[in-house]
Amino acid sequence: MYSQGLIGADGRTNETPEFLERFQRRIDAEEKIEPNDEMPEGYRRTLVRQIGQHAHSEIVGMLPEGNWITRAPSLRRKAALLAKVQDEGGHGLYLYSAAETLGVSREEMTEELLDGRAKYSSIFNYPTLSWADIGTIGWLVDGAAIMNQIPLCRCSFGPYARAMIRVCKEESFHQRQGYEIVMTLAQGSPEQKEMAQDSLNRWWWPSIMMFGPHDADSQHSDQSMTWKIKRFSNDELRQKFIDATVPQAEYLGLTIPDPDLKWNEEKGGYDHGPIDWDEFWRVVKGHGPMAKDRIKARKKAWDDGKWVRDAALAHAEKRQARKMAAE
Amino acid sequence: MSGEVPLWEVFIRPRNGLSHKHVGSIHAADEVMAVQAARDVYTRRGEGNSIWVVPSKAITASDPAHADENFEPTSDKIYRHPTFYDIPEEVGHM
Repeated sequence: MYSQGLIGADGRTNETPEFLERFQRRIDAEEKIEPNDEMPEGYRRTLVRQIGQHAHSEIVGMLPEGNWITRAPSLRRKAALLAKVQDEGGHGLYLYSAAETLGVSREEMTEELLDGRAKYSSIFNYPTLSWADIGTIGWLVDGAAIMNQIPLCRCSFGPYARAMIRVCKEESFHQRQGYEIVMTLAQGSPEQKEMAQDSLNRWWWPSIMMFGPHDADSQHSDQSMTWKIKRFSNDELRQKFIDATVPQAEYLGLTIPDPDLKWNEEKGGYDHGPIDWDEFWRVVKGHGPMAKDRIKARKKAWDDGKWVRDAALAHAEKRQARKMAAE
Repeated sequence: MSGEVPLWEVFIRPRNGLSHKHVGSIHAADEVMAVQAARDVYTRRGEGNSIWVVPSKAITASDPAHADENFEPTSDKIYRHPTFYDIPEEVGHM
């Protein structure tokens, strides 16, 4: 579901020019880099950070949607939402294991999330106020994630690329169940249509921001592009997303909350109004409306889960001892 | 029985970018010899570019007798598939 231009990557690296050149030749030849291959420290660090942020986003992303599972309007919607939230948990696990191939442990990553050192997608720091938000999140947030994740299937780091292929296969259901919810509301009573519009009004701009800062302000993008971790720039992906979703909103009879949005014949895409980057950075830095609750919920899950982890280990020990005694 | 040469499961990465796939097993006295033997037995015709060997006794498998209760329940969860949702053709894909 996630994704956002990587925040705070640090591609600095200390290797010799010969080493970097040799590495770059492999990248340029589209060779996949595998965990045991030699790689620049900056490449490893960027990936640990990016895959970690991505994994955290999947896990934190379960919270805003989980909020509506017990209140889904029908069994059909409830089963779909449960399955979706379950998928997000699975996506987080695929990604944590991809990051672990780079020598970072799951415990370290969890710790960084809980103490605020690690980021996750800012979109999950907004609240889900109505049922319509579940539809809009599937449509726009998962839609934006698809735009971002499809090129990541060709990322130069093998385990990340392969995890993304799995994720993308599962993501299509998320986007479609979301659009179906919004469509049902948009074609329903005037009150239902109003719910859909209100939800679009609140989620449109945060969704647009998911692609990260403009290319001109995105300091670490170039190195990621050279290393083929990233294949398209933030603005290119944002443009693709807008061009895909504006007609989808029109089909629903909903209005995108951007008065400056208009078709640009020359570039064959939509022009959009200015993005409120102050708000973006506020939310990224942890001042989003739900930021405290999200981390509190993750911390509670971790703390409350301690006895389960301990019990499982104790049980394994007991079983091991019994096996040894029988031998 | 002591002096028995252990068994290893062999996994080969067929091509750049793909994950390792199980191809079979090999007997070898230790992991270094297992990789060498696997290379000779399983990659004589360019079948891959990387080999993993894992002690066969380290593999834990699901019980085939439980295959029904393990895997059958997913077949009635059709809502996990994108085709379950009615989206008009003209709306298009993401």
